[in-house]
Amino acid sequence: MSRTIKFEQVVEAAASLCGRAACFLPQDVKESLLAAGKKETGELGKDFFRQYEENFKIAEADHLPLCQDTGFAVWFVEYGTDLKLDKGDIYAALNEGTRQGYTAHFLRKSIVTDPLFDRKNTKDNTPCIIHLTLVEGDQLKLTLAPKGGGSENMSALKMLKPSDGRAGVVKFIVDTVVAAGGNPCPPTVVGVGIGGTMEKAALLAKTALLRDIGKPSADPRYAELEKEILEKINASGVGPQGLGGDITSLAVHIEWHPCHLASLPVAVNINCHAARHAQVIL
Amino acid sequence: MTKKLVAPFDAETVKSLHAGDRVLLSGKIWTGRDAAHKRLCALLDEGKELPVALENELIYFVGPCPAPPGFAIGSAGPTTSGRMDAYSPRLIDACGLAGMIGKGFRSAEVIAAMQRGPAVYFAATGGAGALISRCIKKAEVAAFEDLGPEAIYRLEIEDLPLVVAIDCYGKSLY
Repeated sequence: MSRTIKFEQVVEAAASLCGRAACFLPQDVKESLLAAGKKETGELGKDFFRQYEENFKIAEADHLPLCQDTGFAVWFVEYGTDLKLDKGDIYAALNEGTRQGYTAHFLRKSIVTDPLFDRKNTKDNTPCIIHLTLVEGDQLKLTLAPKGGGSENMSALKMLKPSDGRAGVVKFIVDTVVAAGGNPCPPTVVGVGIGGTMEKAALLAKTALLRDIGKPSADPRYAELEKEILEKINASGVGPQGLGGDITSLAVHIEWHPCHLASLPVAVNINCHAARHAQVIL
Repeated sequence: MTKKLVAPFDAETVKSLHAGDRVLLSGKIWTGRDAAHKRLCALLDEGKELPVALENELIYFVGPCPAPPGFAIGSAGPTTSGRMDAYSPRLIDACGLAGMIGKGFRSAEVIAAMQRGPAVYFAATGGAGALISRCIKKAEVAAFEDLGPEAIYRLEIEDLPLVVAIDCYGKSLY
């Protein structure tokens, strides 16, 4: 049995998610920021946490984006194999939804046509990025994780040697986050992908950012690693906005995948404190 | 202690500011990002007059969201200042720019130019664009309108919360 949903229904849901993701900070992020603000001992740092709280309250009340960089629209889609659209395809629907959503909700359009030569703004924030997974069933699950340039620019990927081991992995991740300083708007959420191939590691790192903040890896060995890396990052003193303090990152989330016997890929995707995402199931 | 300042301001004011000072800034400032800085420097190369006067002025590195109806401006937090490092020394040395507002560390070249200027570098709160938009009372396009969110705007601000991140004596919080 297959189920059919309207193309327009997907467009409307996607457009609405663009506004929601930009203006409403998820509950787990709010709670994490409030808890971290209580732990911060730096005078400047405490002030920044007060501003973050005020910011998410104003954003919600006035329906204003939390941050002016409303980002690249990155969609994670779980598409039931028993589901059909009445016309077009999911790629067209999400691009149309992004176009309508970024315009209707007064979000900044930040995408340029060509990375090197023209760099002309496409003026509607398309094309979006779509990561599609086929799943059983007849549902469509849309997750939008708008990604700002400031934190994305501080992200990094390295193909380590297997002999670099645990210590090499810890060093690469901590060095990447500390070198980023205030640029990615700390306190950050650090998404890490270990294993797979080069592109798999990068995608795992991005996926790790979708996890509820502070929820440890299901594998206790990786959960321990997350804890150790977070402690090392926060011992650096980079602090909120990179101006010194106790809380440089709110959490480190590691996702991993089996890998080639010759390889040890590690990807670090940094997200700012306005760690935005929104989800809907159709 | 928090200092209240009004922009534009002179060299004496710049010299009175030290890394770590908290400031509430009011008055008038320019906005500018990479594309606008590139054009300003290209005009200087050609020996042409700039569309905006920079002496004793401040540039805020920001590309705001569109203003919803009834608002002066949309969300308007700082962008990463490092992308302006290639251009800022020129604007300080040749045009007398008194200060910059952004987020994140600056290059040794920028810090050296700030000591010559003198000029000051403020950190605004990255990712607090909604809060900051409330401090912006008026926003008008002043130059390079075709750049959209990257155009140069004249902003009228009131009590914008800032921290002196790098002062004109070369001291930096980063």
